[in-house]
Amino acid sequence: MKILERLRKGRKTSSGKVAKERLRLVLAHDRAHISPGLLDTLKDEIISVISRHIDIDADSVQVTISQSARESRLVADIPLLSGQRRRR
Amino acid sequence: MAARIFTVTSGKGGVGKTTLSANLGVALSMTGQRVVVIDADVGLRNLDMMLGLENRIVYDLVDVIEGRCRLRQALVHDKRLSELFLLPAAQTRDKSAVTPDDMVRICEQLREQYDFILVDSPAGIEQGFRYAVAPADEVLIITNPEVAAVRDADRVVGLVEAEEKGPARLIVNRVRPDMVKRGEMLDIADVVELLAIDLIGIVPEEPEILVSANRGRPVALSPDGSLAGRAFHNIARRMQGEDVPFLTLREQGVLGRIFGFMRSGGD
Repeated sequence: MKILERLRKGRKTSSGKVAKERLRLVLAHDRAHISPGLLDTLKDEIISVISRHIDIDADSVQVTISQSARESRLVADIPLLSGQRRRR
Repeated sequence: MAARIFTVTSGKGGVGKTTLSANLGVALSMTGQRVVVIDADVGLRNLDMMLGLENRIVYDLVDVIEGRCRLRQALVHDKRLSELFLLPAAQTRDKSAVTPDDMVRICEQLREQYDFILVDSPAGIEQGFRYAVAPADEVLIITNPEVAAVRDADRVVGLVEAEEKGPARLIVNRVRPDMVKRGEMLDIADVVELLAIDLIGIVPEEPEILVSANRGRPVALSPDGSLAGRAFHNIARRMQGEDVPFLTLREQGVLGRIFGFMRSGGD
């Protein structure tokens, strides 16, 4: 019984780690004064601008705020559709 | 002799600002420094109780500002120590009675006669925070390993930078090594990484802190009586530029605490 419990507990992420991840996200938004909603808007507009010129995989685009020390940057990860996939 | 002015602040209330201010005042004066601690929490005066000086107050900060007494007359001498003085907050007024210029003027007046001035800031980021930070040469931000306290501390880090009083230094208070070990509490490294400022102190959660508040006798008065007391003394030494290693906190019941304490005593 105890072993099972321990195994289950081991699989669950510890609350300390959860706290850290939640804080990492919320601090990035706080510092940049960018709400999750604004980030979504930015993402949609970036997709529409770029799609006008090149083919991208719109569903896999990720726009995030990255943090190193106290510097924030907006990071857009935009996968391009390869020529092969386009031909298909 | 010109004092260095430190402001203790946190954003969130109840994380240990006043306890820290009282204990740093005690620890600094025990190393022979001349110290004034200023209670800047006008309307919610508490530093006097932490120091056990609540029955000795005649005048307060707002009396000085409004000219009802001289600065010297408002300073309460802590008789347990030769060179520790409290400038109490007014209890029946509010934060609008004090401006940043008032605080700068008072601290500059004190600067010539003392080595350290500690300003105990009110919680929040409004007027009280602003006038408490205005005179600071350096800012100490205290937080707890807990999401709300860390988020608020981050706001304050940014505001201190905006006021060109940074970089602030960090104290993590109320650390519970047993919970950290189980992964159920943010550890010190997490908090430092998230806030990205230099660490100047780690203080464990200990029942002795509450007992000392009950008695008006800060734990730093007997540095060998508790780990927290030692932690405060270490911070006081770091504030004087000494390179002091951080305490290793460990806790496995009473025995573990005793052995951990003895071992860290040998560091």
